[in-house]
Amino acid sequence: MTLTIKYFGLIAEMTGRKEEIISLDSDDYDLEALKERCFSKYNLSNSHSIQIAVNQSLGTSGPLKHGDEVAFLPPFAGG
Amino acid sequence: MPKKIFIQGPIPPEKISDSVAKHQSKTTIGAHSMFVGQVRADEVDGKTVAAIEYTAYKEMAGKELDKIREEAFSKYDLVCAHIYHSLGEVRAGELCFFVFTSSAHRKAAREACRFLVDEIKEKVPIFGKEIFEDETHQWKVNQ
Repeated sequence: MTLTIKYFGLIAEMTGRKEEIISLDSDDYDLEALKERCFSKYNLSNSHSIQIAVNQSLGTSGPLKHGDEVAFLPPFAGG
Repeated sequence: MPKKIFIQGPIPPEKISDSVAKHQSKTTIGAHSMFVGQVRADEVDGKTVAAIEYTAYKEMAGKELDKIREEAFSKYDLVCAHIYHSLGEVRAGELCFFVFTSSAHRKAAREACRFLVDEIKEKVPIFGKEIFEDETHQWKVNQ
């Protein structure tokens, strides 16, 4: 399956990119595995207070499906 | 279709008086309340913030704003509510955020305005890069 990963603010600065497309051989992949993969690839940690949105919704977990959009978000700073 | 809330660059102060003027024909309104956010020249370790560069996860921001606006209308007796936020660079002293609520009476207008401001700061994915006068930067985190 293919996933679109988006990075914002400080996270985009750390990853050096705003977006990437990841193609996986397996269709059996969950958010936790993706988080681990991205955290280790880009040296991210829980100390960065990252929230992850799947298809623009926070607080999801578990299996991902083909075409999902996953966003790694640093703390919000509107206003 | 979500309402257009993002404005490229600073919000011109005239936008505020124009918004008030536009509502003078709506004569069920008896009270407006507004919040206007301005970029502060914060000092951090001897360096001064010259500007904030705002970015947003627009697709998610639109959805969150729709939900927040809907909740405001269900909680408070509002005639209307308008929200504007800057994207891109806004220099210290310029305006970056404008929330404008209107109601028959002051209480609903005031409380809805406060609700919208607090919810937007907490739930809408907007990010701010604080750029110092020496062109270094840090990432803003809401208090």
